[in-house]
Amino acid sequence: MKVNRIMSWFDERLPITATIERHLTKYPAPINMNIWYLAGALMIVVLVIQLLSGIWLLMNYEPTAEGAFASIQYIMRDVEYGWMIRYMHTTGASAFFALIYLHMFRGMMYGSYQKPRELLWVVGWLTYLLLCMLGFTGYVLPWGQMSFWAAQVIMSLFGSIPFIGEELLTWIRGDYLISGITLNRLFALHVVLLPLALIAVIFVHILALHEVGSNNPDGVDVKKFKDEDGVPLDTKPFFPYDITHDLYAIGVFLIFFCFIMFFYPDGGGYVIEYVNYEAANNLKTPDHIVPSWYYTPYYAMLRAITFPIFGLSAKFLGFVVMAAGIAIFVALPWLDRSPVKSIRYKGVYSRFFLVLFVASFLILGYLGSVSSTPLRTFLAQIFTVTYFSYFLLMPIYSKYEKCKPVPDRVKLS
Amino acid sequence: MKFLTLIILLFSANFFSESSAPCGHYLSEDLELEGMCEDAEVDPTDKASLQRGAQLYMNYCLGCHSLKYSRYKRVAEDLEIPLEIFKENLIFGDQKIGDLINIGMGSADAKNWFGNSPPDLTLEAGLRGPDWIYTYLKSFYIDESRPLGVNNMVYDNVGMPNVLFNVQGEQHSVCKQIPSIAENGGLRQNPLTGEVLTEERCGFLETTKGTGEVSSEEFDSQMKDLTNFLAYMADPAKTDRESIGFYVIFYLLIFTILSYLLYREFKKDLH
Repeated sequence: MKVNRIMSWFDERLPITATIERHLTKYPAPINMNIWYLAGALMIVVLVIQLLSGIWLLMNYEPTAEGAFASIQYIMRDVEYGWMIRYMHTTGASAFFALIYLHMFRGMMYGSYQKPRELLWVVGWLTYLLLCMLGFTGYVLPWGQMSFWAAQVIMSLFGSIPFIGEELLTWIRGDYLISGITLNRLFALHVVLLPLALIAVIFVHILALHEVGSNNPDGVDVKKFKDEDGVPLDTKPFFPYDITHDLYAIGVFLIFFCFIMFFYPDGGGYVIEYVNYEAANNLKTPDHIVPSWYYTPYYAMLRAITFPIFGLSAKFLGFVVMAAGIAIFVALPWLDRSPVKSIRYKGVYSRFFLVLFVASFLILGYLGSVSSTPLRTFLAQIFTVTYFSYFLLMPIYSKYEKCKPVPDRVKLS
Repeated sequence: MKFLTLIILLFSANFFSESSAPCGHYLSEDLELEGMCEDAEVDPTDKASLQRGAQLYMNYCLGCHSLKYSRYKRVAEDLEIPLEIFKENLIFGDQKIGDLINIGMGSADAKNWFGNSPPDLTLEAGLRGPDWIYTYLKSFYIDESRPLGVNNMVYDNVGMPNVLFNVQGEQHSVCKQIPSIAENGGLRQNPLTGEVLTEERCGFLETTKGTGEVSSEEFDSQMKDLTNFLAYMADPAKTDRESIGFYVIFYLLIFTILSYLLYREFKKDLH
């Protein structure tokens, strides 16, 4: 009784109970959600891991060109369980990307970007963009060889922009070369601006999701049929059904996560690159400059453009193609002209192009992680074209293909 | 299916070309492994080996190569060497037990003397891998054309003198008669006598017996200890990490099983 009175005192002043009911306990989730719907919840877990481990790293990290590399080793050796905090953060970065790629693929597969979820998709893409920036800025902070040279390569892309490039590059670096000044500004972005923006954007993403409701593998509108209380028939409340499901999934996920973190923390050179065991040295270029695995598809696109067009340098064009490769996801809701959402009911062309897209993405990812040869560059060019064909041909193939009839209500397999 | 085969071919072909010769020109007895490193058999739980490695390092390497991210005390504790004994035998000069393992040689001087300042080796095993270090340490040979009189099979035109020369003894790059391999992969034989045909192959390393302080087997074993120490140095928390990891995963398994049972119970409500 007393608890109820306290709660109602609060509720009259702040909608606590209503908010919890709307976003957690009574949020209606489609009953046919499958394993692909776990990535979102798992990313919230990873976000918390990254924020907490990040704060603890920050307590011992020194953001100067002279002290950064040594402070990482100080964390690894002298700080109690510092190695655990750092490996949590590095493994978390890779996990975040693995999950967001699965999450995006789920959206593409089930047409989750289609009306009325266009904004949800765009906001989700913003989180991906922020993650890319967080990954890059964070990678520079240990100030190892790969940190330095990755910063060198990525920042020099801005220098390739015609007319304003050189000036812009100096402005971004804050110096005439990559230096402690550059490190300091990337540090500020990584620990303040970008995480704040990420949290805000994720908040809006969830708000938008709870406004339009979750899509489902059949891509049918579950809100069409409701019971007498106005609750959609083919849904279940998030609590306790989804929360227990997610809890179980989090357990499985953390087993994988901890296996990498405790037993293979450098992930065979993918989570932490071996070259980064050497402190940054601006006089010594590493043999192969390779970005983290989650950027390699776009790095392959960057290197695939080897020829200038209309006086624009190959480097600039590569930069444009790479940026377009990341940006084009935003256009997806307006490129898809299909009357159905889910790949289950779309025609054969949509299926073909989705498979082609995934294959292109994976092959480009591989090509971006190895040193280039003429054959590999040629392959990267081909798969860059097939990557974009998924998007650019979509208005045609999604409109004219024959789709299967969509059921009124969801099917349970 | 064809597509898949193409992908597999692509990957396999590339992987081989990528890791062709991590250890330079090093030639082991097994000829198929040219340029491949020898296995250093690293074992972070073998404290005796790590102690011998530390002793070798402090005596032969620390003159030029610092371990500046690590502290003496941590090494003593991890390697289970009593602090008193460690202080007396393994710390030279007036450094304190809590100090970082720095060296007295200035990097500008070193650059003058050797052409390049000797790198800090705290993280070397992470950078190059223990097998590379082990093979490198074994691969110095006499080469009068070099300024220091030595060269290295793994690291061509190396700038480092062979500090372990007295221990290992004279090592030369020699040529040997080896069995000739036919195109079909088998041994080439004289068709009349059945005798195996041989051909000359150069670049084998051979130590002159009696010139070193220890036998070549003993030297290999010492270099394994030294490599083991450097592997420990790059990743000192490894044994702790793995034993904690075991408990963490064990706990997570229990958590996952319980949460699965809970999930299954609730799932019964849904048809």
